[in-house]
Amino acid sequence: MATSELMQETAVRTKVVEAIHISKIFSRDTFEVRALDDVSIDFYEGDFVALMGPSGSGKTSLLNMIAAIDRPTHGQMRVLGENIFAFNDQEAAQWRNRVIGYIFQTFNLIPVLTAAENVELPLLLTRLNKQQRREHVETALKLVGLGDRMTHLPKQLSGGQEQRVAIARAIVTDPKILLADEPTGDLDSHSATEVLEILKMLNEDFGKTIVMVTHDPHAASYAHVTRHLEKGMLLRL
Amino acid sequence: MAIPITYNVRNLRMRLGATVMTALGIALTVAIAIFIMALLAGLRQAFSSTGDPLNVMALRKGSDTELTSVIDRPTLPVIKFLSGVAKGRNNQPLASGEMIVLIVLPRKDGTGEVNVTVRGMSPIGFELRPDISLAEGRWFQPGQREVVVSRSVNERFAHARIGDKLHFGKGDWNVVGIFQSRRGSAFDSEIWGDVNLMATDFDRPIYNSILIRAVDKQAADALVKRMSDDQRLKLDGLHEADYYGKQTRSGAPIKFIGTVIAIIMAIGSCFAAMNTMYASVAFRSREIATLRILGFSRPSILTCFVLESLLISLLGAISAVMMMMPFNGLTTGTSNQATFSEVIFQMKITPDVIVSALMFAVVMGIIGGLAPAWHASRQSILSALRD
Ligand SMILES: Nc1ncnc2c1ncn2[C@@H]1O[C@H](COP(=O)(O)OP(=O)(O)OP(=O)(O)O)[C@@H](O)[C@H]1O
Ligand SMILES: [Mg+2]
Repeated sequence: MATSELMQETAVRTKVVEAIHISKIFSRDTFEVRALDDVSIDFYEGDFVALMGPSGSGKTSLLNMIAAIDRPTHGQMRVLGENIFAFNDQEAAQWRNRVIGYIFQTFNLIPVLTAAENVELPLLLTRLNKQQRREHVETALKLVGLGDRMTHLPKQLSGGQEQRVAIARAIVTDPKILLADEPTGDLDSHSATEVLEILKMLNEDFGKTIVMVTHDPHAASYAHVTRHLEKGMLLRL
Repeated sequence: MAIPITYNVRNLRMRLGATVMTALGIALTVAIAIFIMALLAGLRQAFSSTGDPLNVMALRKGSDTELTSVIDRPTLPVIKFLSGVAKGRNNQPLASGEMIVLIVLPRKDGTGEVNVTVRGMSPIGFELRPDISLAEGRWFQPGQREVVVSRSVNERFAHARIGDKLHFGKGDWNVVGIFQSRRGSAFDSEIWGDVNLMATDFDRPIYNSILIRAVDKQAADALVKRMSDDQRLKLDGLHEADYYGKQTRSGAPIKFIGTVIAIIMAIGSCFAAMNTMYASVAFRSREIATLRILGFSRPSILTCFVLESLLISLLGAISAVMMMMPFNGLTTGTSNQATFSEVIFQMKITPDVIVSALMFAVVMGIIGGLAPAWHASRQSILSALRD
């Protein structure tokens, strides 16, 4: 996609994430690690952004900021107009449940819960009744092509299937933003492609804003834009 | 809504070995607690259900027990004809001068010899104790060297079958009958015989107590007062039920030792539960972080793990109740500090005992689970995900 076209579009689309001069310093015993160094970046509604960079460059740290899992040492972050670093713990948890879908490299499904029960978890924090929750779970699992695996435990699924369940869990509350941290890092290329196709569909058909960390150029090719981090600094486009 | 309980149940099932071992430890502790509470409940019931509401007892002024009370024989006719004393068959006043002696009997199971209470009375004593009935044989005849024994004495002691002879005083006494109580009674530990023969045998021409029946409740109260107030009689009047009620404190040593043992074991069980839960939290730190990212709050994580600990302890408690249920109604004995003799009673696993046992387990579960659950809820999402 041409850069000029993208810039034209961004002018009219809503700003979903607005990171302003974010720095994150982890202090270890004797020295400091600058995980993020004055990062300013905006993501717009419907963006599909790939975040690349060497190991330790701060990719996960940035995702954690957007999800209000961590707070920066300096800087501001507005997500959908809200100042997320002003939230207390409880507010952050509720907000995350509503606005953010998080997908991990290692899937992080709950081993003792079935696919359907895993997907239902975020819905337990909503006002939906059992019947409604069931419908949402079914819809989400069908969307990722696992309508027939509802009662399977994670260990009865392949890695690709597990990641698809994790995606269903991430989207079941219909959040605006999906954050994926190397979602294909543990998958074979076939499963990786399946997962990337699903993310693409969620972006194109459902308008989800996706920020995906990846090392894999093939995965990055699914995104509209690729941004690079290095030593905590965002490289210019 | 909270993290569903199926999550806890399945995790417990997944770590079955640890779950069972921990629950077993708690079960043992709860079983001990049930055992002690059942003993005390049985003891309490035996004493608290002894004593007719219309019966009034006379002891020598200042005496707490029959054993230390001495009443002159001429006192009986005085008391007999006080107003308010009920009349029985043959228009006889219902008043029985009684005497207590302790004899040593060997236990049937060979676990040694203990003091057993022998009560000398007149046959009016039977009429005064409507809760006691003859189970086998016949009552003793006045003027004969005969005794009747309680069902419990019959079951627990040697030489206490019908036809056996008990040797005490100046010779042998024939066992001619077995009596039983309706719902457990202090008399379950006694042997009854003729008071006059006993007085001669032991060269003690006195009574230890006098039991009388009042015509109604007011008369009973009046008799209690009348006997205590009369300076010449030198007696304390008291309701029979109060006298036996006070003896419930003979369970005090059991209660004390039992409570100490239960507390020590409970501390052990709490640590065991804590250990198990800490291991479980460490094992699942990634899951906990994931739940937090999905939007579950710290309090809901805390609740989740306390609940899991609670489930283990309840599992233990239920096993303990099932383990102990066969002991319900088991006859046992203890030494009564007030009378220096064996009290025989039944262990009672009452609903109260079960509820207390469950509560005990709940407390252990919560105390054991709290620290690990707190740790789980406070751990950092970041470091959990980076491990
Ligand atoms: N909780 C933490 N405590 C201390 N240092 C941390 C912490 N989190 C991240 N760091 C450090 O911050 C830097 C950036 O880490 P981050 O996880 O964001 O990198 P990344 O780009 O996601 O790397 P990778 O590709 O290996 O996942 C690294 O040097 C890392 O060691
Ligand atoms: Mg990372």
